[in-house]
Amino acid sequence: MEPESIYRIENLRKEYNARVVVDIERLNIRAGEILAIVGPSGAGKSTLLRLLNFLEVPTTGQIVYRDYVFDSQAPLDIRRQVTTVFQRPVLLRASVQENVAYGLRLRGERMDERVGDMLARVGLASLARVSATKLSGGEMQRVALARALVIAPTVLLLDEPTANLDPYNVGLIEEIVREQNRTRGTTVVLVTHNVFQAKRLAHRVGLMLAGCLIEVNTASAFFDSPADPRTAAFVRGEMVY
Amino acid sequence: MKRTHWLLGLLILAAALSACAGTPTPAPPQPPAPPATSAPAPTAAAKAATTPTSIRSAVGSGCHLILSTTTSTFDSGLLGFILPDFEKKFNCKVDVVAVGTGQAMQIGQRGDADVVLVHDRAREDKFVADGYAKERFDVMYNDFIIVGPKDDPAQVKGMATAADAFQAIANAKATFMSRGDGSGTHAAEMRIWATIGITPTKSLEWYNSLGQGMGETLLSSNEKGAYTVTDRGTWLATASKLPNLVVLVGGNHISENKERALYNLYGLMAVNPDKFKGINAEMANNFVKWMVSPETQKMIGDFKDKATGQPLFYPNAK
Amino acid sequence: MDEITHGFFQAIHLILSADPALFEIVWLSLRVSGIALLLSTTLGVPMGAALGLARVWARGLITAFLYTGMGLPPVVVGLFVYLMLSRSGPFGALGWLFTPSAMIVAQVIIAFPLVAGLTMAAVQGVDAALRMQVRSLGATRWQELWAVLREARIGVVAAIVAGFGGIISEVGAVMLVGGNIEGKTRVLTTAIVLNTRTGEFALAIALGVILLALAFVANIAMLRLQGRS
Repeated sequence: MEPESIYRIENLRKEYNARVVVDIERLNIRAGEILAIVGPSGAGKSTLLRLLNFLEVPTTGQIVYRDYVFDSQAPLDIRRQVTTVFQRPVLLRASVQENVAYGLRLRGERMDERVGDMLARVGLASLARVSATKLSGGEMQRVALARALVIAPTVLLLDEPTANLDPYNVGLIEEIVREQNRTRGTTVVLVTHNVFQAKRLAHRVGLMLAGCLIEVNTASAFFDSPADPRTAAFVRGEMVY
Repeated sequence: MKRTHWLLGLLILAAALSACAGTPTPAPPQPPAPPATSAPAPTAAAKAATTPTSIRSAVGSGCHLILSTTTSTFDSGLLGFILPDFEKKFNCKVDVVAVGTGQAMQIGQRGDADVVLVHDRAREDKFVADGYAKERFDVMYNDFIIVGPKDDPAQVKGMATAADAFQAIANAKATFMSRGDGSGTHAAEMRIWATIGITPTKSLEWYNSLGQGMGETLLSSNEKGAYTVTDRGTWLATASKLPNLVVLVGGNHISENKERALYNLYGLMAVNPDKFKGINAEMANNFVKWMVSPETQKMIGDFKDKATGQPLFYPNAK
Repeated sequence: MDEITHGFFQAIHLILSADPALFEIVWLSLRVSGIALLLSTTLGVPMGAALGLARVWARGLITAFLYTGMGLPPVVVGLFVYLMLSRSGPFGALGWLFTPSAMIVAQVIIAFPLVAGLTMAAVQGVDAALRMQVRSLGATRWQELWAVLREARIGVVAAIVAGFGGIISEVGAVMLVGGNIEGKTRVLTTAIVLNTRTGEFALAIALGVILLALAFVANIAMLRLQGRS
């Protein structure tokens, strides 16, 4: 039986000034999976995430999220089911706990024990009242992750979340993401150029090159028996780009 | 078109906000001016008028009369001394806009004042001829004097006529400060230059056209050791702060001043209500009648300088 | 030098003696400039933010107008407002000339470009990625705008402070359109001019000291607002 798809993408094209950035014929993202999109810089991975977060509008083609067919303006209740953690954490000029509570405030909710619990989960409980601008890079990214998770998103989009971090913080963040997916069923789409991270986290992996999805496969198949020679080259680190 | 709408919106907003914030506080009416026979009372009034301690609150009636006048009548304290009598008698607040004569007449010509009290006879006559007022009334006069540095490099001290003095200053190329602001005083100065055929221009390095008020001009003259023409009232009020200047032509009292060219006549005109909407014509006429009445004329004569005890204005209504 | 020390002590004396005339002048100054600042802020901050964020039609031209407006001599503004509100002018029927309303109009025209222009610059200085991030967290358009303004608040408060400083200390325009009428349109700055003109230097200095103190207190208050996080 085919698992339920949360996103169904068909003939999706995104162009900037007639330059094609994303061109995906077909992609289904399954509810509750961790899908990693790997590929070199400039392949269109980040643009794909912005499209999935309804932050950009497709030039042609369509994205269907559950029953909602995305047109130019996604309704607020749809938009608020999806959130992104970007490569560079953008924190507000406020305390750590205010930052984590921000998504709740946007939804008209109060800061409550969810914020404290979440800070404990990312190991920042002791820094709750510290100004967010005074944190280290790894701590900032954990705040950004906590801020994304506290609103209990249906879909969590991760755009190179650990690109500039040390191994300790990378391990911490990967564990939180894995736990979030396993215990709460959050669908995760992870964009990374790090094939090892994709291997550690993902159920399925896709390779994106020049805006096109070359191959999407289960993690084991993607790494052990890729269908496309370009995938094999990329996994072996032999691709010249 | 859009710009006008925007401005209109702004105006409406400002009105709404200022209206609710701006209720005038009713205050006990100013005690009536004492019968001005004794010297001390007027001098106290003269002192008070120049300090903010004399701020009077609006009379509650809502009646306003706008008087545009020269700085000299206000800054000397004369208006602060005589106006409470009018405001009490007619239950109408007089809003004094004290500016240079040129601006005061412009305000009248645009219908923004109800009465105009200035001192530039030629322009006053033109004001009437152009229909901005129906009639001009003599109310009072005082005089101008020529002041200059103590060492008097142009040797003008004691000269009988202003023309001779100006000629001597020009010959000596002694530093001269002109108001240069189109005021009545400036106009009087220009008339004197005209009688000796000199047209002061900026190319004369000893001639400085300041474009400032009398007080500033006297201060500059004091600093630079320059000659200038001043009304006697401002001179008397500020002489104590001008240690480097002395009176050279016109004497220490108006009775010593034999020079007609230095006489300074004040004219009062009610703005022609046929020309503009919104002129408070009835009250303006009351004001004119009140100014030329024997009682007010006597008050003007009784108003004296605090330091010297000299009158600052001499009534001359017919 | 004597006048300055004398003026300073007279200022203290005037304040301590709760001089009613002084309070009337101070209150009018604060009322006129306060209302003008409120109007300039409610108009200028959203407009500056919009110009800084949105792709507004003819933004370059509008920006050039704003920056030019920031350098406009107050006397010119005063003259313009005077001619507009004059009985011979288009808005003469309002009867606002020589009233606090006219002074407010002039001060709004002076402060508005300052507030809008500096707000625009502050908003443009905010990290562009912030907008994407807050939208991704589920912000509406207004919440997004508010978040950017909050991040730019140091600059926005500076814009408001600049607007306030520009009008509380302004004399040319209020003199022209207010007329410096005793008890009605006399504010601190015009009272200073009057006292200078009449040779009451110590009193002029005293009023100057009070003006300075007022501006100082207002700025402290706004800086506290700025520093709050």
